[in-house]
Amino acid sequence: MKQLDFREIDGGKPFYMLVGFIGLFIIAALGAAFYMEHNGHHVTGMSNQVIWGTPHVFAIFLIVAASGALNVASISSVFSKTAYKPLARLSGLLAITLLVGGLVVLVLDLGRPDRLIVAMTYYNFKSIFAWNIMLYTGFMGIVAVYLWMMMERKMNSYTKPAGLAAFVWRLILTTGTGSIFGFLVAREAYNSAPLAPMFIIMSFSFGLAIFILVLMGMYKWSNRPLGDAILYRLKNLLGVFIAAVLYFVTVYHLTNLYITETHGVERFILLDGGIYTKLFWIVQVGLGGLLPLALLYLPATGKSRGWIGISSLLVIIGGLAQIYVLLIGGQAYPLEMFPGKEVSSSFFDGVVASYTPSLPEFVLGIGGVAIALAATIVGTRVLRFLPVSLADSQVDPHYKAEESAA
Amino acid sequence: MSDQSNFDQYRRRFLGGSAATVAGMALAPGVLLHEIGHAKPADQAVSDEVRWGMLIDSNKCAEGCNDCVKACNDEHGLTGFDRPATDAQWIRKVTLKDKETGYTQTLPLLCQHCEKPPCVDVCPTGASFKREDGIVLVDKHICIGCRYCMMACPYKARSFIHETLQDQKPYSPRGKGTVESCTFCVHRVDNDETPACVEACTAENHNAMVFGDMNDPSSAISQQLKQYNSRQIRADLQLNTGVRYRGI
Repeated sequence: MKQLDFREIDGGKPFYMLVGFIGLFIIAALGAAFYMEHNGHHVTGMSNQVIWGTPHVFAIFLIVAASGALNVASISSVFSKTAYKPLARLSGLLAITLLVGGLVVLVLDLGRPDRLIVAMTYYNFKSIFAWNIMLYTGFMGIVAVYLWMMMERKMNSYTKPAGLAAFVWRLILTTGTGSIFGFLVAREAYNSAPLAPMFIIMSFSFGLAIFILVLMGMYKWSNRPLGDAILYRLKNLLGVFIAAVLYFVTVYHLTNLYITETHGVERFILLDGGIYTKLFWIVQVGLGGLLPLALLYLPATGKSRGWIGISSLLVIIGGLAQIYVLLIGGQAYPLEMFPGKEVSSSFFDGVVASYTPSLPEFVLGIGGVAIALAATIVGTRVLRFLPVSLADSQVDPHYKAEESAA
Repeated sequence: MSDQSNFDQYRRRFLGGSAATVAGMALAPGVLLHEIGHAKPADQAVSDEVRWGMLIDSNKCAEGCNDCVKACNDEHGLTGFDRPATDAQWIRKVTLKDKETGYTQTLPLLCQHCEKPPCVDVCPTGASFKREDGIVLVDKHICIGCRYCMMACPYKARSFIHETLQDQKPYSPRGKGTVESCTFCVHRVDNDETPACVEACTAENHNAMVFGDMNDPSSAISQQLKQYNSRQIRADLQLNTGVRYRGI
């Protein structure tokens, strides 16, 4: 493998137009956040029944994907797969920018975002949220150091330990994110230990799907060569992750189906939950799981860039649906306080809560994605994150061997 | 002139208090922690020798009667905006119908003031807290409105303030973007009165609600708890609730 040449992407008009275009979404998101905070959350679809809405779906998705985006770098540094080395810097950058995007959405959806400083200065150490605040900020710091080790020639020898630290930290981080739900005893849909490992495997899948799309997009946009070898490696890995997510989803539901107490909520999600049932079977399992799995491995589509891109996009859409079903479906299903009783009250006890995402919520969520993308693009403009070429001859360790064999 | 001297007096007290606080923080942080829960600033501190609790007899709770809810709303100024999905409710009447037998009953549901409250566990800033005497409250000054406590509460006892409020009661401050719930009428309890809901129930002669110190064996609530069978809602979670029920 040749010495890699990393370069900033070109500036100029196209760059500013692209960043400006994405910036419009960020401005819209800030406007939406201001509108919601100014009027109060009653202008959203959220209520005292569905407490966390669409912004949280996006925020959790981005945070989960952030830790997963780091995987490519981990495979390179921790597991010493040299083929992934050219991609490691972008992987680290995406890990930070996706996390920032998710956190911005999370903070702007707080009832009192102006009290962010309170969240930084008052800690209840038993709160998983408080742990997560430290896990998130620590993650950004560790990945930043890791990037420095990778990008500064003099520090290259420390890449492996830094990569290992980042890898371990990200596993803890996603465990923390999963435990936000896994440790909630109150609600039937949560309160399940498999949620933490499931979130880890979800992060592998979502993060890699985003990584593949960003990689393909950036190389096409900047007219840099991207070889098949690296792309096929990534898409095969994505297939494995998709299958693993489906496995965990199966185990999670089997656990709940075995336990009589959780039959109600399982019936709701899997059978008669209306939108949540549809989202689960059609979008999460079908479009976001089985279809991309088939597309990535079928000979007719698995070698096509277009289909690899579409498969990655499907994984992202399926992932958003998965979090929507878990988060909002889990809240829509009523709390079971009185087993064996039909419950009714003026406070929506015993009934399935209704929730319709409002436009500002959606715009805020999309804004988080826009922040992550804009930060990634600006990052690759100002620092050397991307190799000039990812052509097979540059990056594939087996390239020459294959040629001579042929 | 007298205003000025009042102000000076106030300032002296404030400065003296601040100095004492700083000294306390520096010298004995452990001791100070026990001092935070001042219930009766006049002369008496809140202590864990008292555990405030409520016993609700569902058999005496009249169907169609909403007096406890009304009293709570009046007491705390919970006027609402005619938007049931987002309006705050600190106490609500719940109707239960047995799926097998059809037996119907009704009871008021409010914050259960758990000994081990999940809302306090999950709160990132410590805004959700439990007083020494068992009353679970939200410090509206450090609540950031993350709503994690609402996700964690098994009783759906908490409300998020979805819009700007006006005409608040000075003893019951509330604010848009923060979470709130039943305070056990802490402002009344600290003045040796009973919560507004209990008072209203008793005034109607329904007597379905008894409030008192569960740690005091001679209190009415302790005697009734000892004499009659009672249970906690979601007792399986072992939160040791401060609100107990008869007849469910």
